[in-house]
Amino acid sequence: MSVWYRFMGLLPFEWAVPGQYMFMKHALLAILLITPLYSFLSTMVVIKRMSFFSDALGHSAFTGIAIGMMLGWIRPVVTAVVFSVVFAMCITFFSQKTKQSKDTVIGVFSSIAVSLGIFLTTWGGNSFTKLNQYLVGDILSVTPSDLGMLLLLLVLVITVWFFLFNPLLLMSFNPEFAISRRVNAPWTEFLFSALLAVTVTITISWSGLLVINSMLVLPAATSRNISSHISQYHRWAYIFSLVPGIIGLLISYELGSSAGATIVLLQGILFLVSYWLRKR
Amino acid sequence: MKEECPACGYNGHGGLCCTKITDLSVTFGSEVILDHVCLHFHCGELTAIIGPNGAGKSTLLKALIGIVPYSGSLSYLDAKESRTHRPRFGYVPQDFQFDKDSPVSVLDFLVAARYRFPVWFHIKDSARDRTIAALKIVQASHLLHKRLGILSGGELQRVLLALALDPIPNILLLDEPMNGVDQDGIILFYQIVSDLIKEYDLSVLLVSHDLKSVRQIADRVVLLNKKVLMEDAPENVFQSQTYYSVFSSDKKRVP
Repeated sequence: MSVWYRFMGLLPFEWAVPGQYMFMKHALLAILLITPLYSFLSTMVVIKRMSFFSDALGHSAFTGIAIGMMLGWIRPVVTAVVFSVVFAMCITFFSQKTKQSKDTVIGVFSSIAVSLGIFLTTWGGNSFTKLNQYLVGDILSVTPSDLGMLLLLLVLVITVWFFLFNPLLLMSFNPEFAISRRVNAPWTEFLFSALLAVTVTITISWSGLLVINSMLVLPAATSRNISSHISQYHRWAYIFSLVPGIIGLLISYELGSSAGATIVLLQGILFLVSYWLRKR
Repeated sequence: MKEECPACGYNGHGGLCCTKITDLSVTFGSEVILDHVCLHFHCGELTAIIGPNGAGKSTLLKALIGIVPYSGSLSYLDAKESRTHRPRFGYVPQDFQFDKDSPVSVLDFLVAARYRFPVWFHIKDSARDRTIAALKIVQASHLLHKRLGILSGGELQRVLLALALDPIPNILLLDEPMNGVDQDGIILFYQIVSDLIKEYDLSVLLVSHDLKSVRQIADRVVLLNKKVLMEDAPENVFQSQTYYSVFSSDKKRVP
């Protein structure tokens, strides 16, 4: 951390003064760790058409947090991760087993999850306001121990991404074809859903339920408009995640706005520009 | 009533190696899709499977490569090694649907299908060279860096064929490969397939509705409707009473 603080001291910003505005320095490092996570996962969320699924994961994370708060003796993030992974498994399992379309299954589970969360929180006349922080999210609340967890998560995602990507790519084309190429389809799907669930849940308190899904869709959606092969697609998704992340944080500091919303607005603008530029 | 399965061996129609499918059945729940199918075919020959919709033609191919569970047995006799072993299959699927906007090039697709090393990170030179070689066989090496979504129907089928041919299989399974392909594409595709049969002594199983092409290129024709109704040279099948009774409700398909 001390290396990071010293590096921050070199920057020409008001908050870069040594020993002060630590929250801003932590937030900037958090952005550097979170944006590659989102950009990697978003590449698959977009080509596997799973944006509704990742949105539902945000809702389940919220409910998991509510459960953890109610229990009291455990960190909400732990119950949230467990709940989200189980939730993701349920959706994956049911959509493989039933003939209902996948978005119906997701819609059903998402509704149940978010209602359960609100029900548990407001039970006994309690106010909902203590969960507001999870709706909007606050990147400035990130602590050095959170940063450690983010780093671990990043290492985990990159490792899994190394082994899971090619099978996932084949499945995104055509699941039956993937099976004919000896891809273990249920296991691959399961692992990706779990990875997405863990990432959404861990980062939701900084990104916010209302905008997290945008961050998981926009970078790759923008990149897809201008890319014609996979490594280019990944590179641009990363850039469209990282650059709005950093600039959005700086702008939100100046304007006093929510960092998450500012970042997503910038990503949205980039998407519109790329849509206009798309080479088809 | 169950008929005896034909013996496997040289019968004057093809090469020495042969594949024998014995009593292959597939059921989905209580629905019988394939009912004790017995079939044998030889290498160096193109065997076409024809039949009405819902006859289980595609299911038969899927059972062979292990996507669909089945009962029964499959044996393959290799002429060169004169022993039986599990054959290596190459499979070109029916109606390959995918998102045409996917930012995936032909190279990405072929490498992802064959290697574990992630294509987003790096594509090794050896993988690239092998992919180019595979595409050359199907006269498609110029498509290497094209996006998969912009290929024509015929080009896409040749890319899928390139994948099915690497490594060179013992048995090549083609499921309706010519759906949505124009006439020139069809001629080129079948030219490549018949060259391959000669060069590598492949066994080819072709499922097709395009009876006109089947009549021209098939060495043997199998008439399938949940079970094997007939198995003979094309001219015999197309003139048979069985053939007319199966396809009489479907006049358009009679060539």
